[in-house]
Amino acid sequence: MTLLRHSWSMSLRDLRNLVRQPWWIAISLAQPLVYLLLYSALFKNVAEIPGFEGDSYLDFVVPGIVVMSAMFAGGWGGMGVINDLERGVLDRFLVTPVRRGALIAGRLMQGAIVTVIQSLILIGLAWAIGADFPGGVLGVLVLIATAVMLTTAFGGLSLGLALVMRKEESVIGAVQLLLLPLMFLSTVFMQRALMPGWIQDASRFNPADWAVRAGREAVAANVEWSVVMTYGGSLALFALASAWLATRGFRAYQRSV
Amino acid sequence: MNNVLEQNTVPEEESMQAIEAHGLEKTYPGDVRALDGMSFSVEAGTIFALLGRNGAGKSTTVKILTTLSRPDAGDAHVAGIDVLDDPDAVRHAIGVVAQRSGVDRDATGRENLTLQGQLYGLRGRRLRKRAAELLERFGLAEAGGRIARGYSGGMQRRLEVAMGLVHRPEVLFLDEPTTGLDPEARKFMWEEIARLAGDEHLTILLTTHYLEEAERLAGQVAIVDRGRIVVEGTPESLKGELRGDAIHVGLGEPEANGRVQAALERVAGIRELVLDGQSLRARAENGAAAIPSVLGALEAAGVRVTAATVSRPSLDDVYLRYVGRTFDQADDDTKEVS
Repeated sequence: MTLLRHSWSMSLRDLRNLVRQPWWIAISLAQPLVYLLLYSALFKNVAEIPGFEGDSYLDFVVPGIVVMSAMFAGGWGGMGVINDLERGVLDRFLVTPVRRGALIAGRLMQGAIVTVIQSLILIGLAWAIGADFPGGVLGVLVLIATAVMLTTAFGGLSLGLALVMRKEESVIGAVQLLLLPLMFLSTVFMQRALMPGWIQDASRFNPADWAVRAGREAVAANVEWSVVMTYGGSLALFALASAWLATRGFRAYQRSV
Repeated sequence: MNNVLEQNTVPEEESMQAIEAHGLEKTYPGDVRALDGMSFSVEAGTIFALLGRNGAGKSTTVKILTTLSRPDAGDAHVAGIDVLDDPDAVRHAIGVVAQRSGVDRDATGRENLTLQGQLYGLRGRRLRKRAAELLERFGLAEAGGRIARGYSGGMQRRLEVAMGLVHRPEVLFLDEPTTGLDPEARKFMWEEIARLAGDEHLTILLTTHYLEEAERLAGQVAIVDRGRIVVEGTPESLKGELRGDAIHVGLGEPEANGRVQAALERVAGIRELVLDGQSLRARAENGAAAIPSVLGALEAAGVRVTAATVSRPSLDDVYLRYVGRTFDQADDDTKEVS
């Protein structure tokens, strides 16, 4: 109970601080829209390639963009802690009885909330420009859930990195280095059958691919729930492992004080 | 956990000492020896000052006593609770105003206070009331709704102290509470600190590198150097130990020990001679009476004198005697503006 209450207090603080930045809101809204419009236009003719399943690239790419946005949002999620660390805010929290887990959970919850809102906006816009979601409301909810799991997983990793590296530039570099390949070594933009063999192999170990496969399956016409559960389950485990890593990062920080 | 007040009661037999530190040692990576056998105790309801230059080990001591950091050796009790065995209980009993601000600059003063209260289990109307009360008391009632980024240094520091008090702690740690404040803000803070100890029977551990601050506020002062306490007592008893007046003579050129020493050895009643470059310090039972003979002896030895003063013993003299450097000189290597 206390853990939950403390986490919620922390989330509210982070959300409030974000909402107070008008530029952050503008950029967070604009970015997915730009992605959606540009990628669906740029790769429109991919649907014409022999071997492409289905007839609309837009339908195909929407879950990918939802997942990709969630992944990057998670990746940057740990940055805030560096500011807290430099300003002494983190030390101030650590000498209160706040549950240590709440310092991590609070940030991850805030990331989850932002991702839900961002995903809803993306899906709404995609629907407005003609994307189809045969899986219906349930499918869309599952897609959002996978996006949330992915953002939590990368949020935990990012937090752990931030606590160990303690420099914004280093974290930005590390996150770019990690996330860009993950985005391209997946079925975010391209169907599996159309990818080179080695990328197919690599994508098997890619959490971004697990998320996009689970999410895309959930909004498809004939949902194979076993696929959703398998990839969703792996993703959940990965998210737990990252959250645990974040707690290790915290320990490392505390030892250095 | 939920009842903050309950946590604040100390068992009767422990109530005399609010803080006890024993043999604390801490070495940071790179062989930086921050603490080297730090031991002291603070009686409940008093203000205790750790006085020393930056890097002497004051902040490290505070970090350990406030559960932020762990010592390599030694033990400590705060409010009767072992800081290593039960850090969470200690956290309930203490308020901390660290050297680095810790204020969330993107939030308002009131939001900062509210979140702080929530972390101690305060909620609802009680929390709102407490926040309003503290804002009022620290002269932030009007600024409470503004983002803390726009606060002056003094306002921010006042907010930090208010945050440290939100849960009515028994022991308050103030790590250099007035460093970087302008004289007016410093005066306000001094009055407030004195009032806290008086009205609320709070135990306060204060670290400072301002002699005047220690002398004004603290009932008990401990001088810290190289990670340990070199001397401890009330400001009066520390000064009283020095017996007699301080004589300070400014010399025309830096002098090495030798001829100055030899010249003054023959002057009766001069003790504790310390020569540091162009600065010569000594003690005498009656300083005013000793000055002519001191000047005469120096002149005879061919030492040029630029100034001579006699003063009642100050904490600076105490510092000089135990640390072997004057306070200002010891502080030269820091970037703080005093």
